[in-house]
Amino acid sequence: MRHSTFFWFFLPTGAAMLLFIAFPLVSVVLQSIYAPHPAVLIEVENCTPLVGCTTETTIDQDATRELREREPLGRFVGLEIFFDRGHLAITEAREAWSSSQSWGEYFDKLGNLPFYRAMAFTLTFTFVVSPLVILLGLIIALTVNALNERLRGLVIFFSLLPFVVTPLIGSLVLFWMIDSRGILGSFIQFLAGDPSLSLKASTGLMWVSIIVYGVWHAAPFAFVIFYAGLQTLPQDQVEAAQIDGATRLQQVRYVIVPHLMPLVTFVALIQLMDNFRVFEPIVGFNAQAHAQTLSWFIFNDLGGETRQLSSASASSVLTIIGVAILLSPVLVRTWRDFKGKV
Amino acid sequence: MASAAQRKPLGLRITIYGFAIIWLIAAAFPFIWTAWGSFKVELDFFSIADWTYALTGERTKAEYGSAFTEAGYRGAWIQEEFWRNVINTFIVCFFVVCTSLTFGTLGGYALSRSGHKYTFWLLITALIFRAMPPITLVSGYLLPFFEWNLWGILPTTIIVLVAINQPFTLWMLHSFFQNIPKELDESAKVDGCTQFQAFRHVIIPVMWPGVITTGLFSFLLAYNDFAVTAMLLSEENRTMIPEIAAYLGTTYTEGNVMFAVAAVVSATVPLFILVMFFQRQIVSGLTAGAVKG
Repeated sequence: MRHSTFFWFFLPTGAAMLLFIAFPLVSVVLQSIYAPHPAVLIEVENCTPLVGCTTETTIDQDATRELREREPLGRFVGLEIFFDRGHLAITEAREAWSSSQSWGEYFDKLGNLPFYRAMAFTLTFTFVVSPLVILLGLIIALTVNALNERLRGLVIFFSLLPFVVTPLIGSLVLFWMIDSRGILGSFIQFLAGDPSLSLKASTGLMWVSIIVYGVWHAAPFAFVIFYAGLQTLPQDQVEAAQIDGATRLQQVRYVIVPHLMPLVTFVALIQLMDNFRVFEPIVGFNAQAHAQTLSWFIFNDLGGETRQLSSASASSVLTIIGVAILLSPVLVRTWRDFKGKV
Repeated sequence: MASAAQRKPLGLRITIYGFAIIWLIAAAFPFIWTAWGSFKVELDFFSIADWTYALTGERTKAEYGSAFTEAGYRGAWIQEEFWRNVINTFIVCFFVVCTSLTFGTLGGYALSRSGHKYTFWLLITALIFRAMPPITLVSGYLLPFFEWNLWGILPTTIIVLVAINQPFTLWMLHSFFQNIPKELDESAKVDGCTQFQAFRHVIIPVMWPGVITTGLFSFLLAYNDFAVTAMLLSEENRTMIPEIAAYLGTTYTEGNVMFAVAAVVSATVPLFILVMFFQRQIVSGLTAGAVKG
């Protein structure tokens, strides 16, 4: 294909991505290093004959407007926003480091800083949910593969529901069930023998519920992928393993899992990306008092009357750096493969 | 044709069927329960007295004389005018799917047919864009959209959703196009077609399964989006999902939780129908990306 032909074919999608992904990205970075101008204040001295002179501080509207027009980006502050208390909190983190006796105490203190708290939950969620999804997806795939044909279709149909459903709706449906007056909530109270037990009141239980939601939502995805992989499993290998006397568990361990390994990598990659952006369950579970994620943190800054764009941008940049670190092994590998091919 | 070696012992069969049933319940029960409960009053669905009320509808009977009531739906659809949000959602989804597919098929086709090195970098860039949480871009949209008076209206949201969906659409269609032999369009070109004519008359007709599958996923991405629509749409233009989120704030205080439950069930119905009719395409779409790696 000639370069010019390629260009015209690629133009619409390229332009859309350039205008609405690449440019906003630049703008986010710029906003994170510029703070909005404060209003220009002037002191006016009012002298009245009898009272005497008083000085009054007012906003100089003209000067403020002029300043904003002269430097529309705002005041350059460098990395100040990144280091302030709402984000990396360098000062507070250093203080916590010098005043802490142990690692535990240090992490406790970091956990009180909003950004680190959001980061802690996001990372916990990502690294607990992703392996569980792969494991559960594999078990469901093996199970469904052993069912008879007619049942398979039914199980696949219902399995797709938690995955396809809107995350906010899915989390609300679960949240209403685990409400202390909902069916699961009542059941858990009955199991624990504690009628006042409420998942909403406990940070630990809230974390567990959100993680359960995450696994419930994503397991069908892993299941479908692995199930498709099982259909291409070479039967002669399984038979050879059987002839060699491998037990069922050994067949899974030494024949099936290695066959599915490329798919496991794929699912892990997608899961890391998707779980790192977890956001809707926090809204659906009304969990912000107990668990916050980076996406929720940005959303919270953006919402409401005071849209704190600079703060949200700084969090966005930090989140993107986090995604980049998370994905770097994959990107490096892809690049090596590519270099190997050329 | 199970050979003797493959026949499963009874214990294993019980485990398999037991687990399948447990998973089936875990996947389906929450939806069935919520759909059932949406026809009850709040004191039945969230029953303090006795959980069986949610099944029998004691309070609903006391209040409306029958075990089922459509009060929640009436409240959501008529009183809160949920139908407006439903219409908005379908406008957004329709245009997002059409535009995404048009842009995506052109781009994906070009990527799959050009052997130049930059295609690799474009695909990697798309992968990185796909990995970024959409909410991180929103703070970049707000200022220009406010400045140019584009904020709050449906077309802006549609084009933003199209752009956010492009990386995914490109990857998916690219992998579908790779499965179509290059000889097909090359022979068309030998017969005197331009590249675009070859694409239009030779490739598109055999591409429909891939296009439909990709369209389904574009639809899901647009339908399920919360972060972008919640931030970019004004109150009167809201789609279903941000509207439901907005209910949460007001209904808990006003005691209208059943409105939200009814709205949630209403918003699940199209997805249910989608899975019912397009199960095969969804499965093949999920695996198409995976097999290619």
